[in-house]
Amino acid sequence: MIENLLIEIFIGIMIASAPLIFAAIGALLVERSGVLNLGVEGMMIVGALLGFVVISHTNNAYLAVLAALVAGMVIASIFAFLTQFLLTNQVATGLALTLFGLGFAAFAGREYTEVTIDLIGPIYIPILSEIPYVGPSLFSLNPLIYLAFFMVYIVWWFLFKTKQGLILRAIGDNHDAAHAIGHNVVLYRFIAILFGGAMAGLGGAFLSLVQVPIWGEGMTAGRGWIAIGLVVFASWQPFRVILGAVLFGGITVLQLHAQGFDIRISAQYLSMLPYLATIVILVSLRMRLKNKTNRTVPNCLGRIFHSTT
Amino acid sequence: MSNRRFSSVLKLSILSVVLAFTGSVSADPVKAAFVYIGPTGDHGWTFAHDQGAKYVKEKMGDDVIITTVESVEENSDSERVITSLARKNDIIFTTSFGYMNPTIKVAKRYPNVKFEHATGYMREDNVSVYSARFYEGRHVIGKIAGRMTKNNVIGYIASFPIPEVIRGINSAYLAAKSVNPDVTMKIVWVYTWYDPGKEADAANALIAQGADILMQHTDSTAPMTVAEEKGIHAFGQASDMREWGMNAQLTGIIDDWGPYYLDRVQAVKDGTWESVDVFDGVKQGMVKFAPMNQNMPIDVKNEAMKAIIDLSMGTIHPFTGPINKQDGSPWLAEGETPPNYPDLLTMDFYVEGIDSKYPN
Repeated sequence: MIENLLIEIFIGIMIASAPLIFAAIGALLVERSGVLNLGVEGMMIVGALLGFVVISHTNNAYLAVLAALVAGMVIASIFAFLTQFLLTNQVATGLALTLFGLGFAAFAGREYTEVTIDLIGPIYIPILSEIPYVGPSLFSLNPLIYLAFFMVYIVWWFLFKTKQGLILRAIGDNHDAAHAIGHNVVLYRFIAILFGGAMAGLGGAFLSLVQVPIWGEGMTAGRGWIAIGLVVFASWQPFRVILGAVLFGGITVLQLHAQGFDIRISAQYLSMLPYLATIVILVSLRMRLKNKTNRTVPNCLGRIFHSTT
Repeated sequence: MSNRRFSSVLKLSILSVVLAFTGSVSADPVKAAFVYIGPTGDHGWTFAHDQGAKYVKEKMGDDVIITTVESVEENSDSERVITSLARKNDIIFTTSFGYMNPTIKVAKRYPNVKFEHATGYMREDNVSVYSARFYEGRHVIGKIAGRMTKNNVIGYIASFPIPEVIRGINSAYLAAKSVNPDVTMKIVWVYTWYDPGKEADAANALIAQGADILMQHTDSTAPMTVAEEKGIHAFGQASDMREWGMNAQLTGIIDDWGPYYLDRVQAVKDGTWESVDVFDGVKQGMVKFAPMNQNMPIDVKNEAMKAIIDLSMGTIHPFTGPINKQDGSPWLAEGETPPNYPDLLTMDFYVEGIDSKYPN
């Protein structure tokens, strides 16, 4: 009984964390390229809607996930065009993107609040899933959860193991220098922003296809903002995104379970914890920056690049 | 959540423009506005209020112009929304407990506008309060849950510790206990009215802890979909949620606001509107039920139907003494039933037998 409960809690934490991992790892790559996109929430909700719409018509999970991914990219491309070619302010454009996404999804999704779908279920990896305890918790998860973790690895590998990753980081730290030695700043950033959109769209689709198989206006409920916070929490290091997402997701799920067992912890204090942790990390980062031992914040984050200046 | 704030203001301004064009067309129609806490597509609380608004439109046609504003947060944003509606409307329905103070504040500034605040307890000459005795609905589903649970564990997804929610918990628990002395209730507070993801997490947590029947006091259909997926039972909240739980839904508590809204808007038109304090239930048809699940045993169904009939005749009260508070202190003596105010409308305690601690 207690083993089953622990397994359920573990799976619950994984499900609560996965959308955050998707959205945050995308935002991390974007910020590494020196762009601050506050439109994550908007891209997520459009991904959630499109994934839901496609699965309700085709009943095909692959197509639905692909649609969410593309939807996120399309929304992100608006941001990329505005900020990279028209050189609009990134903060304002990102906020506008979130508002647009929430409004658009609410409007376009009107008729889908009444639609029901089958959710995408977990997969059972042969043999491994039969191992006691480890099998049901580690090898019987939803395929998208594995994908979330894999994407973290991919982003890490790209940033730190490939030449293009190095260039992207260089652009994020000093776009003028990168431009001067001949790298295409706008192209790199454009692609990074599209990737961020795709990941946010996936995160949204996870919500509407895996976590709960319904479409509801505003169903992302602030998760896009948490993802942006997570990038800071992770101090722009890919693997720390997992830590942060599991912490955020874990606290949500654990406090629900704690209430079921009538353990008296104030829910409000618990939900403050991850945010407090983020502030502490921000402060400690600042201290380390002063000592010049670690420069993790991309130096050009949020700054407009214009090749003629 | 500044995003929601912006979007509601945006919707409002769009609606105002629409109003400006349509407002002067017909001869003196009543202008009625509705402020909603969630999206009308939640298929729960807000959906039910919106059905009420549509009912008014259907019955009164050109004699009424209806404005609705969705997803208005219960903070200073709501005051702004209500204020700008007050400038252009004759009657405003504010449909969430948290709109109480803003409604009163705005009402004082606009004495000629009529206000109707749902589920609160503060009245003015131009502010009515209205609520439905949902706890009567909870009484019926409590009885069904007490009979239907195999593990003797009922899971309850609660939103905010306000009197309306507490009444529901107490009523459902007492009813379940009356038919099944071994029943226990696990209560999880999610501190939101509408967050499908979190509501689903809560449902999963309760099921993992042994609950095989779910009740919810949140607005989305998420708990129902989880119940369906896990093969357990649940109850529709505020509207019929059968679509999301063909097998899971045993019945549902349906809020029927339409006739009340029609009555009040008509009163404004006739010039007979007065501030009232309405607290109607099954008897008056404000609380109704979704069809009973076909797979429910006939005796359970009959017991539930009998409870509904008794409630509609007014022969039973879900809170009939002797009932003690959770700490063992007496609340109601043998045969006693509580007055609306203060006992029911400000209820802030669990009854004896609920073993969860009261949230602070």
